[in-house]
Amino acid sequence: MAMAAASAERVLAAPVDLNHTGHYVHWGVVQISVANLVVVGLMVLVFVAAVLLPFPKGRGRR
Amino acid sequence: MSDPATSREVRSGGWTGAVRRYAVRTLPPEKLLPDTQPAYMASWIYVFGVLTVSALVVVVATGCLLALEGPGWWHVSSVGKYVNSLHLWSVELFMFFMVIHLWGKFFMAAWRGRRAMTWMTGAVCFLASVGAAFTGYLTQQNFDSQWISGQAKDGLNAVGIGAWFNVLDFGQMLMWHIVLLPLALGGLTGLHVLLVRRRGIVPPIDATVPTPGAVEGRL
Repeated sequence: MAMAAASAERVLAAPVDLNHTGHYVHWGVVQISVANLVVVGLMVLVFVAAVLLPFPKGRGRR
Repeated sequence: MSDPATSREVRSGGWTGAVRRYAVRTLPPEKLLPDTQPAYMASWIYVFGVLTVSALVVVVATGCLLALEGPGWWHVSSVGKYVNSLHLWSVELFMFFMVIHLWGKFFMAAWRGRRAMTWMTGAVCFLASVGAAFTGYLTQQNFDSQWISGQAKDGLNAVGIGAWFNVLDFGQMLMWHIVLLPLALGGLTGLHVLLVRRRGIVPPIDATVPTPGAVEGRL
């Protein structure tokens, strides 16, 4: 029972430990948290996908 | 030559008539609520404007719920925490979609074709959203908001507006967050959407813009 609860806790826990200070990337004068960098990366990915992926065809458009 | 009597009749109605004539002339019903769109709109990049507005609707709706119930609810009860989280995550999506919308329109040079005001209202919407998100973080009433306001006051004092825009004044930040900035953002978003309706969606660079009346089907 206790083991099941512990494994459920592991599954439901945040993928990143939020109880400690965040990780930061330093690049010259640029300093950004890894979390924000991931979000920026996701935005770039979605942008590229939105430009490249075909849109479902609708009935007659002008 | 138009009949002067008829012309006088058409122009009657005082300021309400004048506003109605201006509104109908500027945004006729077929432009305000179009049922067809050019073929080049069939691209995922054109979806992010409406996604941004949809996320904004959720932000405002959850914000209204939070205002109705108060901090004792959103900090303690499970439903309150859930709505509080919805408010946060809809803002995250709002900013996410808005940035992709901005990139898409920037690389499309969306200010072409007398759309400068559309572009500018969008840019000011973005700035207002940054302010609304910032004041939202300041009004969480937790250590996070305390930390953010403690850090922000130095920056704002350095640029000389700290005495007027005091991030340590919870009441002032709350009013900015739930009154001034939502009013500004809501008004600007409405204007932005009306301008998109008026000028039409921006065509991709080098695309052929359909002539009015060349409708072949419905979207």
